[in-house]
Amino acid sequence: MVTEAQVWDALAEIPDPEIPVISLVDLGVIRDVAIENGNVRIEFTPTFLGCPALEVMRDAMANKIRDLGAEPDVQVVLDDSWSTDKITAAGREKLRVSGFAPPAPRDATDLVQLNRAVFRCPYCGSTDTRLENIFGPTPCRSLRYCAACRQPFEQFKTI
Amino acid sequence: MNAQELLQIADDELILGWRDSEWTGIAPSLEEDVAFSSIAQNEIGHARALYELVSRELGTDADSLAFDRHPSEYMCAALVEQRRMDWAHAIARHFLYETADEIRLAALKQSDDGAVAGLAAKMDREEVYHRLHARMWNDRLQAEPRYEDALVELWPYALGVLAPNQRTALAKRVGREEVDAIERNGHSDELLELREEMTMVRRSVPGATW
Repeated sequence: MVTEAQVWDALAEIPDPEIPVISLVDLGVIRDVAIENGNVRIEFTPTFLGCPALEVMRDAMANKIRDLGAEPDVQVVLDDSWSTDKITAAGREKLRVSGFAPPAPRDATDLVQLNRAVFRCPYCGSTDTRLENIFGPTPCRSLRYCAACRQPFEQFKTI
Repeated sequence: MNAQELLQIADDELILGWRDSEWTGIAPSLEEDVAFSSIAQNEIGHARALYELVSRELGTDADSLAFDRHPSEYMCAALVEQRRMDWAHAIARHFLYETADEIRLAALKQSDDGAVAGLAAKMDREEVYHRLHARMWNDRLQAEPRYEDALVELWPYALGVLAPNQRTALAKRVGREEVDAIERNGHSDELLELREEMTMVRRSVPGATW
């Protein structure tokens, strides 16, 4: 009989398809795991509704559960109960080490805030950084530039 | 919230998403190419989520609602139907639509239907970034006569995005006099052309998956 701990461990092995340094568990997008009669029900929320990796993540989770010998039931929760504030401390550190500035807290998403030099460069640690583009290579990323080490870097958007 | 009202919003977001994606590869700067492409992706994601919600009630699925309806059954506003315009018009539409959408989403977040209110709240989190982008460009272009002309031209279309009881709020928010709105009835040839384009694969290979 599969246990919840086994399920969480298995899900922690699934990388985010677009930022593979961080797992779905680190991202905090797996909201709940429940086991009933050998069926594993997983609730998860996409970071952005238009995330093209939605089906990939859903299939990856279902496959992990089947590997554990259980039947998956993956439910996609489309509400505001997930936010980037739920990314784990370990997840934020993994982002930073790979050149992504972790997201700011939810209350810091107006343009004045985004333009302020409060975002630390993940390469040199300077706060002498500026917003280059609200939008980036995926919906969850913005582009910033560090004036201190002259390094462009990506900022995980706050949701 | 009835299915027809949700379909109006879903159709707006789907069609605007396609229109925004017309800038992919040819926007005036690389940053704007990325911005409009990303906004397009979000809008189409919102359309998908709304279609899924409605499809449960109507006993169908999101793709069928997006692609299989007769052209006359689409309920999008005339504002989003127009094919890619010059940059002044593109920004005017973006600014007016995002401002209207904020008013509409605020009302949806108060819905008695938990699924609708929850989805609206999630959409609104993403729309924050669209509004920041739209306002930044509105500030940048507002002294340009060409931009003002575009705003004047598109204003009656923008009013038609909202229900009549929400239009005064939009007029107040953008500082314009309320005029007769161009309502959601009948569709332009431009929408029919777009529908041909966006349903081409689905029509040529029914049931295709990839």
